Amino acid sequence: MRAGFILSEVGSGLKKNFSMVLSVVLVTFVSLLFVGAAILLQMQVGQMKDYWYDRVQVSIFLCPPDSEATNCVDGEVTDTQKKNIEDALSSSDLAPYVDTVYFEDKAEAYQRFQDQFAGTSLEGTVPEEDMNESFRVKLKDAEQYQIINEYFSSTQGVEEVVDQNQLLDRLFGVLNVATVVAIAIAGIMLLCAMLLIATTIRLSAFARRRETGIMRLVGASNSFIQLPFLLEGVIAAAIGAGLAAGSLGLLVHFGVSGWLQDQATGFSLISGVDVLIVAPILLVIGIVMAGASSLITLNKYTKV
Amino acid sequence: MESRPLGVGTHRPHAATASARVNASWWDCELHQMRNTRPAASAHITELLRTVEAAEPSATRLKTLLITFDSVSKSYDTRTRAALDSISFEADRGEFVFLVGASGSGKSTVIRLILREEVPTKGRISVAGKSVVKMPSWRVPYLRRGIGTVFQDFRLLPNKTVFANVAFALQVIGKSRASMSTLVPDVLETVGLAGKEKRYPYELSGGEQQRVAIARAVVNKPGILLADEPTGNLDPVTSADIMSVLEKINRNGTTVLMATHDGEIVNRMAKRVIELKEGRIVRDVEHGTYGVAS
Repeated sequence: MRAGFILSEVGSGLKKNFSMVLSVVLVTFVSLLFVGAAILLQMQVGQMKDYWYDRVQVSIFLCPPDSEATNCVDGEVTDTQKKNIEDALSSSDLAPYVDTVYFEDKAEAYQRFQDQFAGTSLEGTVPEEDMNESFRVKLKDAEQYQIINEYFSSTQGVEEVVDQNQLLDRLFGVLNVATVVAIAIAGIMLLCAMLLIATTIRLSAFARRRETGIMRLVGASNSFIQLPFLLEGVIAAAIGAGLAAGSLGLLVHFGVSGWLQDQATGFSLISGVDVLIVAPILLVIGIVMAGASSLITLNKYTKV
Repeated sequence: MESRPLGVGTHRPHAATASARVNASWWDCELHQMRNTRPAASAHITELLRTVEAAEPSATRLKTLLITFDSVSKSYDTRTRAALDSISFEADRGEFVFLVGASGSGKSTVIRLILREEVPTKGRISVAGKSVVKMPSWRVPYLRRGIGTVFQDFRLLPNKTVFANVAFALQVIGKSRASMSTLVPDVLETVGLAGKEKRYPYELSGGEQQRVAIARAVVNKPGILLADEPTGNLDPVTSADIMSVLEKINRNGTTVLMATHDGEIVNRMAKRVIELKEGRIVRDVEHGTYGVAS
């Protein structure tokens, strides 16, 4: 009886206030979309870190035949130079910092190049003999990159020392800034959603002040009077959260898995599974946000 | 109706003693129905009634004061005169009390204080032995379930039928559909609206609308009925009808506290009169008049 009555009240409230409820749904949808995007961006960063930090960290590129780098004036790197570098890496100076060393020859470099640019206009533009040979060094502590850099910066036969972590850090930096921006927008939108829910409930309470006045008079409990209003806000927010989760799912499925994955092979990208983790978070944020703003408003406008 | 013995009320209102009236008799109509449908049982029921009446310690119940005001003051704004200035009165179970006085004399404030829509600035108020002032706010709905309230402006829900308007009062305190289907027709018959269950408020006259409001106020069988100028919008004849409904409810044991401007009604009813003037009680007499004569 009571449940049926409350549900019918909720239903009539949603119908009467349709445009306001719709705006609550939309604002919640947009704000939670940004919240979800921020969470997914952070998941992407985490996933890339896991993937890349286990792999090559510092690459010591050796001189190819026609390099103009200062250490390459003598032409292509010689076997002796290569031997010196290898010895240096295992010497007592560097050994404490180095975890593993892997030598990549021209054939492998060429293969990697071809894989990386397969299907693009760069494919096949550089012949195999122009490829850099390189030592791929994994450090015990990724922060110690500078030691390797200084050690080899003036060594003959070394064209360039590249810390791939720095490249990645730049990428992560961009993603982090995007996350902050998304969170800032989400915060503003969530504030809008809360204010809008408060306004909607005020209007709804005003429209039904006759009913609630009588309810109070005949001794309906506070929670019984307030529950329909509360549910109105929560249901609207939950619908918004559902839309946000659905949109993120579509975005990841078609945008990231479908399109970006083809563009950026070799990267490990987030997938639809990650959206399944995000969806309940959005739902909880939406419900808590709507519930909190409803309760604050209700205590102000429908006092016993 | 759950645990109450069937037909505590009697079918002999004229012969009933004061105590029997107090115990009585929301069940008049129901009993009536039962007698119509099951004539064989009626003798047994009458027998049963006598036993119940004899066993009921009505004297002690009568002595319990239902409403007590003890030096109650209320000021809404410290700069202006207090709405109520240290008033004290008591009302027993089953009493009918008129609250008279000019506009702004504090009649409505008394009603709001009993309902705990307001809290007094000073003094103590108790309803059915419980302090209304110290009551925690979560208890307030339960206080109000024991008090019916009627206003000058009826306050019906325009989009609900007569039946739904009355049932609404039960619905929102969580009564079952089954109890509604018995209580609502009963109370509609008591107020003289049997057969008009499916009408909407706009299809009814002012007097009929007020009857619906009274039915809604008493459907939950409150011990107290507060009426704030219930005849204020009605013509003299209709007012008299409403008064007879209120009197009937009072006879059934409900304490009625009625604020009014209508001198004619007060004089004719000859009930207890409490007169307020500028927030003070200037007169409290049994079988009183409106006050012009005094």
